Amino acid sequence: MSTRLANSGRLIDRTTALDFTFNGKRFKGFRGDTLASALLANGQTLVGRSFKYHRPRGIVAAGPEEPNALVHLGKGGKFEPNQRTTTTELFAGLTATSQNHWPSLEFDIGAVNKMMSRFFPAGFYYKTFMFPRFAWKHVFEPVIRGAAGLGKAPTERDSDTYEYFYAHVDILIVGGGIAGLQAAKVAGASGLRVMLIEQTADWGGRAPVDGIMVDGKPADEWIAATVAALAATENVTLHTRMMGAGIYDHGYVLGYERLSDHAPEIKGPRHRLWRIRAKRIVTATGAIERPLSFAGNDIPGVMLAGAVRDYVVNFGVSVGDRTVIVTNNDDAYRTAIALVQAGLSVPAVIDARADVSGELPALARSIGIRVESGKAIGRVKGGKKVEAVTLCMQAGEGVSLEEIPCDAVAMSGGWSPVVHLWSHCGGKLTWDADLAMFRPDAARPPLGADGTGFVLAAGTANGFLDATDVMNDANAAGRQAAKEAGGKPVAGSAPKAISEQEKPMQPVWSMPQGASAKLRAKTWLDYQNDVKVSDVRLAAQEGYESVEHTKRYTTLGMASDQGKLSNINGLAVLADSLNADIPRVGTTTFRPPYHPISMGAIAGEARGELFKPIRKTPIHDWIDTNGGHWEPVADWRRPYCFQRAGETVKQAVTREILNTRSNVGLLDASTLGKIIVKGPDAGKFLDMLYTNMMSNLAVGKCRYGLMCSENGFLSDDGVVARLSEDTFLCHTTSGGSDRIHAWMEDWLQCEWWDWKVYTANVTEQHAQIGIVGPNARKVLAAMGVEGMDISAEGMPFMTFQDGTIAGIKARPYRISFSGELSYEVAVPASQGLAFWKAAMQAGEAFGIMPYGTEALHVMRAEKGFIMIGDETDGTVIPQDLNLHWAISKKKADFLGKRAQHRSFMQNPDRKQLVGLLTEDPQVVLPDAAHAVEGPKKSNGMENMIGHVTSTYYSPTLGHSIAMALIKGGSRRMGEVLSFPVGDGKVIKARVVDPVFLDKEGARANV
Amino acid sequence: MSDAVSVLNGAEFNGAVTIRDAGLKGMITLRGDLAHEATALAVKSATGQAMPAARGIRQGKNGAVAWMSPDELLLMVDYDKADATVAKLEKALAGQHALAVNVSDARAMFTLTGQGVRDVIAKGSPADMSRAALPVGEMRRSRLGQLAAGFWLSDDTTLHVVCFRSVGAHVFKWLQTAAAKDTLPGFH
Repeated sequence: MSTRLANSGRLIDRTTALDFTFNGKRFKGFRGDTLASALLANGQTLVGRSFKYHRPRGIVAAGPEEPNALVHLGKGGKFEPNQRTTTTELFAGLTATSQNHWPSLEFDIGAVNKMMSRFFPAGFYYKTFMFPRFAWKHVFEPVIRGAAGLGKAPTERDSDTYEYFYAHVDILIVGGGIAGLQAAKVAGASGLRVMLIEQTADWGGRAPVDGIMVDGKPADEWIAATVAALAATENVTLHTRMMGAGIYDHGYVLGYERLSDHAPEIKGPRHRLWRIRAKRIVTATGAIERPLSFAGNDIPGVMLAGAVRDYVVNFGVSVGDRTVIVTNNDDAYRTAIALVQAGLSVPAVIDARADVSGELPALARSIGIRVESGKAIGRVKGGKKVEAVTLCMQAGEGVSLEEIPCDAVAMSGGWSPVVHLWSHCGGKLTWDADLAMFRPDAARPPLGADGTGFVLAAGTANGFLDATDVMNDANAAGRQAAKEAGGKPVAGSAPKAISEQEKPMQPVWSMPQGASAKLRAKTWLDYQNDVKVSDVRLAAQEGYESVEHTKRYTTLGMASDQGKLSNINGLAVLADSLNADIPRVGTTTFRPPYHPISMGAIAGEARGELFKPIRKTPIHDWIDTNGGHWEPVADWRRPYCFQRAGETVKQAVTREILNTRSNVGLLDASTLGKIIVKGPDAGKFLDMLYTNMMSNLAVGKCRYGLMCSENGFLSDDGVVARLSEDTFLCHTTSGGSDRIHAWMEDWLQCEWWDWKVYTANVTEQHAQIGIVGPNARKVLAAMGVEGMDISAEGMPFMTFQDGTIAGIKARPYRISFSGELSYEVAVPASQGLAFWKAAMQAGEAFGIMPYGTEALHVMRAEKGFIMIGDETDGTVIPQDLNLHWAISKKKADFLGKRAQHRSFMQNPDRKQLVGLLTEDPQVVLPDAAHAVEGPKKSNGMENMIGHVTSTYYSPTLGHSIAMALIKGGSRRMGEVLSFPVGDGKVIKARVVDPVFLDKEGARANV
Repeated sequence: MSDAVSVLNGAEFNGAVTIRDAGLKGMITLRGDLAHEATALAVKSATGQAMPAARGIRQGKNGAVAWMSPDELLLMVDYDKADATVAKLEKALAGQHALAVNVSDARAMFTLTGQGVRDVIAKGSPADMSRAALPVGEMRRSRLGQLAAGFWLSDDTTLHVVCFRSVGAHVFKWLQTAAAKDTLPGFH
């Protein structure tokens, strides 16, 4: 059983005890503990269940590579699944529960899957659940969803806050071990802006645990002095608890800072996602130890040797009284020595190498540790915890020579540099056969915009395992980064770092060498996803040669740890099965983030009110407090209608329409786009943009126009007003202002750069308020018109004037989208609300009521006016909508003209706009209902000839009206079409002229 | 003009820095040939300021002028003087290809004061907010969170933000969130 030791523990503060609970049990830990070390200190070695077989799982590692010890953390608004205990710092009151077990962690019914494991081989899902098809949805998926999966999803809104922060530095150094510190020291001395980030709470990395000496003193002393010196350097910024999550193009790095995970009482954001731009990035990210592949290597108590050492040295935690060490390298002897020095028993070091003669093994032997060379673990005995190991020959097939009772196994298969960040943006790796590791290939770094490498790997992350080499390499990387970032590196040599000399390791991908199929089926590669050596071998046997395909087929490395432990071992097994070299098989792709980051950090501040910006007109708040029933229109909110007490939405719309047609209505049309186009070539420019002629528009007059893309399709429409000889104001649709402005600038800047035209988007400068209906002129008069003549003769249809109304600078346009007498009045936005209120007040005597977008839509449909986005969908040309009158035949060219002459566009059978009257006038066609004709097609589908684009009940006319795009519609006047609407129901409607009301325009002409 | 109101009508927030709705400001978009002598003279007469360099902003008692693009300036004057200034510019630039237009009402403007104003903006703008990259006298056209914004400092603890009027409420809320107490990393 694991326990807390009486002494040791360089990172814990034994004077500050912290209470926490795990699965409801109360435990005690110390400040400085991780949740993992605190659990081990309390004897909790069983922490979870695996994904597929629900096998018991214990803590394996001491850092972000941990595959097993994932828990549910917190409660309610602070609940979070899949939290790594090894990267979770302990705090008072922490609550954690294990996940992926049912009904309990100790007794899990899902573990029967273990007995079934021979029925769950690689590719099991693909092989089993394909047929019958229906069974996937109704049988397999629900069952698997229940049994599989790791943590539970939160049920409450996250109660914490998160934010981004953008930072620009010259050099970013990721990793605060001795390599990162030395690189920062050298880079910082150049005076450049340097940032050093470390994912844990402590500086120094592994060096103090490994007993490295720097300049003749223990590493801790050099680390403290260096951190202090860096902190005092103004151009250097230091951050602990900040992980380099990903490196992207152009020196862009995501830094994931955890501000209060270790102390929830700290105010402010929980996580801050740093978005850093750096000229050069140094990755000093260290290395991760590899497990060894022997039978039973997933039983709780089997751990990485480095982690076992971390727990003893850093946290004063023993993982067991008797720990067997199994290794293929000298480094694991440090663990054996540390355990014995801590007063614990090491029954044996089982070393796969025949020749064990290094400095560290010699030291181990000298303190009486039994060293078995050329040996291997045959298998680990135990269920929920390690009970013993069998000793066998590494060269053999696993016949037991001896059984060694023990509580824990510390394994080391060598070290893999953390090359993730180097690789994120395309840095290439090279296989080092001596050290059996992929290491960064300095000749093929990730390339920046200038074609030079922008990432430098340093120290252990660069493949150096000896302390002297690490320090020298980091020193060189710091200098190179400073030089390449435009600084002057300061001369100086690296401090002298010393570690024990190590003899070569021996790659061991299978233990023992000739392990039988039976043993291989109990030899785990990926603990979290339950992928075994036998699964990878089976995949190879079934023809999977690519490592990427094998990964997906077996799910090796696809768990939330992304194969930090399993990748190299897995691909070595694959290479062996395929009889290929490891570098030929290659690695899978390293993708950000290095370690999972919170969803909250990704969302940042964009939640609640800040989730999506909403554009508001100057009248917005008035509408909101006066019954406005909102609907989104592009990024704006517009009132669908103004609902009164006791009124349904439909009743409100009907009231607004009838009142506008008989009295007067008030419309907030401020969202309409307004773009000024000015210059000697403005007329010529607009003639190109619109399908009709704009250059001959008289000053003071308005004209409706259509805009098309180069492909001839309708893109926008609106009224153009000529303000002066060289100045036009183009109205666009509410959603089109930014797009059309960009469209204009695109043509002016890229194609017609020599035309003298300037544009300005003045959409928000003006509130635009429509006063619409027979009493509109009376309302304006009552508001007080100065400097203008708004009489029928003084301001005819399609003209505008400038003056003041209600004392406010105003420009009324006499234009109409409803068919009524109508003025759209542009006033300064800051006085929009004042104008609106003045109109409401003056209009009271004339029955004024505000109306919303639905009334607007119905009234325009009654008049047969099209709406961009309703009658158009990106495939519609003006000719389809019978808008030939708005297409100039005189102009030599306009955008879309050539396309509209293509044969397909001229086809008389294109879908064309028609009006529809339902046979039963009270029945309203559903939106987008399809018209069908003739027999069904061979595939059983109806023969569709078009669809409804707008459909309403017209209160003005007392019957339903609709518009539709129908194949050859122009020739079908009077035909009755069928619209099946489901359940065998068919609505019949007659094709009519789409102008339903006042075709001659008498209502507006008053 | 008493009924004219800015988007947040003078709202104020005190957090890690102070944020104030700057009220109605006269703003004019001027597009034209910035290298032309007449343009420089017109700008000088409208604002009292010389032509700014690329990305620059010149500020004085009678107005300010900011460089927006190679053919666009933003002129800032008193709100009440915007229309008259446009007329003046049009007269001064008659015969030249230029566009002057009053955009005062299309904008919202906020003033941030305090030690941490650069940190507040760095939470939402990818621009380099360091003193070296954004000194007093330069303006950035960038974004805050999801929205377009321009900003500049008039001294090391006073920062001005301009955005579109329709999203003024959102930007004000965004600034309040970014400037909440105990949230500035102290990077700048």
